[in-house]
Amino acid sequence: MTAVAQAPTAAASASKAGAADRFYPLRRALETLGAPVAALLLATAAFSLFLLALGKSPAEFWWLVWRGAFGSAFSLQNTLQRAAPLLLTALCVALPAQLGLVVIGGEGALALGGLAATVAALPLQGTWPPLVQLVMAAAGIAAGGAWIALTGLLRARRGVNETVASLVLSYIGIALFNHLVEGPLRDPSSLNKPSTWGIGDANMIGPLPGTDLHPGLPVGVIACILCWVLIFRTSTGFAARVTGGNLRAAQLQGLPVSRLIIAACALGGGFAGLAGMIEVAAVHGRANASLLAGYGYEGILIAFLARHNPLAIMPMAVLMGGIGAAGGLLQRRLDLPDATVVVLEGLIFVSILASETLYGRIRWFQPRGDR
Amino acid sequence: MLSRRKLLQGATAGGAALTLGGALGARRAEAGTLTIGFIYVGPKDDYGYNQAHAEAAAQLKSMHGVKIVEEEKVPETDDVEKTMQSMIELDGATLLFPTSFGYFDPYMLRVAKKYPKIEFRHCGGLWTNKDPMNTGSYFGYIGMGQYLNGIAAGYATKTKKLGFVAAKPIPQVLLNINSFTLGARSVDPSITTQVIFTGDWSMPVKEAEATNSLADQGADVVTMHVDGPKVVVQTAAGRGMYVCGYHANQSKLAPEKYLTGAEWNWITVYKMFVEDMQAGKSLPNFVRGGLAEHFVKMSPYGPAVSATARAKIDATKAEMMKGGFTVIKGALKDNKGKEVVPAGKAYPETAIELESMNYLVEGVIGSTS
Repeated sequence: MTAVAQAPTAAASASKAGAADRFYPLRRALETLGAPVAALLLATAAFSLFLLALGKSPAEFWWLVWRGAFGSAFSLQNTLQRAAPLLLTALCVALPAQLGLVVIGGEGALALGGLAATVAALPLQGTWPPLVQLVMAAAGIAAGGAWIALTGLLRARRGVNETVASLVLSYIGIALFNHLVEGPLRDPSSLNKPSTWGIGDANMIGPLPGTDLHPGLPVGVIACILCWVLIFRTSTGFAARVTGGNLRAAQLQGLPVSRLIIAACALGGGFAGLAGMIEVAAVHGRANASLLAGYGYEGILIAFLARHNPLAIMPMAVLMGGIGAAGGLLQRRLDLPDATVVVLEGLIFVSILASETLYGRIRWFQPRGDR
Repeated sequence: MLSRRKLLQGATAGGAALTLGGALGARRAEAGTLTIGFIYVGPKDDYGYNQAHAEAAAQLKSMHGVKIVEEEKVPETDDVEKTMQSMIELDGATLLFPTSFGYFDPYMLRVAKKYPKIEFRHCGGLWTNKDPMNTGSYFGYIGMGQYLNGIAAGYATKTKKLGFVAAKPIPQVLLNINSFTLGARSVDPSITTQVIFTGDWSMPVKEAEATNSLADQGADVVTMHVDGPKVVVQTAAGRGMYVCGYHANQSKLAPEKYLTGAEWNWITVYKMFVEDMQAGKSLPNFVRGGLAEHFVKMSPYGPAVSATARAKIDATKAEMMKGGFTVIKGALKDNKGKEVVPAGKAYPETAIELESMNYLVEGVIGSTS
């Protein structure tokens, strides 16, 4: 959606910028940075009014948000830990979005990826842990990738709406996950919380040395950077963006549109599946309902906030992670219900999406010179 | 609503908090105050599982030298680890009650190993002596309460069909369904219970559908085992069915239709832990109890419970309080006709065999898979 709107205007204005306007790239960067910051400030102001209406002190609230999210080494780790799985699930949305597709089925891909990774580890018990982890990652990526590729396939070959298809397939994936975890793959000793057998302590991935940071964090950061390179610095990425900008033009140019769609979906799903694998290998040690924590859905939010730019996904995931991390402290100190945090997230989401209409509207940011 | 004064007040409060926090770093509890952290998986006001814990936590606040910090809607993922750590690091909590079943392994165990001086007590009864000594678990036997619910339902039903809205076919839930059914059939052996599993602990839409479908099938008394019974109670009352409650007291939601309910009485447990902690004693690691130990209680009778029913329930309850009463006893068949408990065999509520229950007794319509 966003990509469709954004790509052509950016390209057009870039060409308009003559040699005379040397500072245009700088102003464009400022515009890109300024719009979300302004939106954040607006959301902050709106939420402060909401707090005043509740009779709570906004100053204390924002101070607690800072403390709970970034104010100490512990808080910062808490924030980054929450951000880690979101980096990968956001890519599941951002990659297909380059082609103008809105894919929202990350939750199902994550669950199936986690389950496949667990199943792959079971017969390898007692072998070499790095091998087990590698096989788990491959299984997770394959399962998640296949699941979202199915959506891409339906879109490319049969013209099925990818948003609906991915959502429905996600539900089916979760149902399949529950069925397998509570049925054929269930460890009979998991009486009151149905789970699969464990992957074994030896095969777990520990936190980053010296911290208790989630190992998914470096994986997510690397994935985001690689995706950025893929989208903005390779011809495949360019072809994808052209397709997203104008499907007909891409077809006329002879671009392999169907293949691009399926590949983008498969890659995005692969990242969601990898997120599931990491959750199993680093956090849960087995597949059970704990995998369905909503990371797949939160990834949609983050991808849109980041305007589907993989580099922007990182700060947005940290922002959402931070709000989540502070949420507990807010409940405890201000006696606010958990839903308060949801209201804040909602306000931020709406403001940032609304701020997109500002792009190209403020003259100062626009190209100058020989027009 | 918004005045300048309020705004200024806010700013001052914020400023004060800033200086205070800056000076003290993490807000440590004053000497002699015991800070206790409660963690809930759902909302504190769910009329159910979480409310039962939150009500007890609220009662603890009146104890001297106790400070309670609470967090609701914490998922059973590493989020709960972070919440526990945050309570320890930022609030100075030294006793934690993560109340949801799924918090125990691996999350609570992992945090407990990191903080050997902090005490962790988990609701669900999973602790074994292989686990760290600063952890432990407590749980209640509520099956007896569902048996008493069953008696109330047995007297109230006209159609002889009861309904049970259940989350998952796991041992705890199956024991409740079976106890409820056996209670009702002790009144009239022709009574049957139709059970519907929704698949998860909190599925409001499915719970409403299940309740409606039970009404359509002719059930006239309903009970449940889901985290938040609110939807079932309201839907059932709306369809003119009687309701037996679970987890907490839901009579406010259906004053005319509420018969009685099996409630947790967690204050007994929490008070005991807190008193031990304040006295400097080491806390027990494994605590369990039922009606007799006041871990479980019954809601006051609603207006629709007849005098005969009250007498029968009171008598049965008195027998349970005395000890020796058993619900699951032979000869008992499951609903496929297979004998599951041989004649002469009886399992008291403490029996370990009940914790791996995998059958529905005769009289229950439904299947565990």
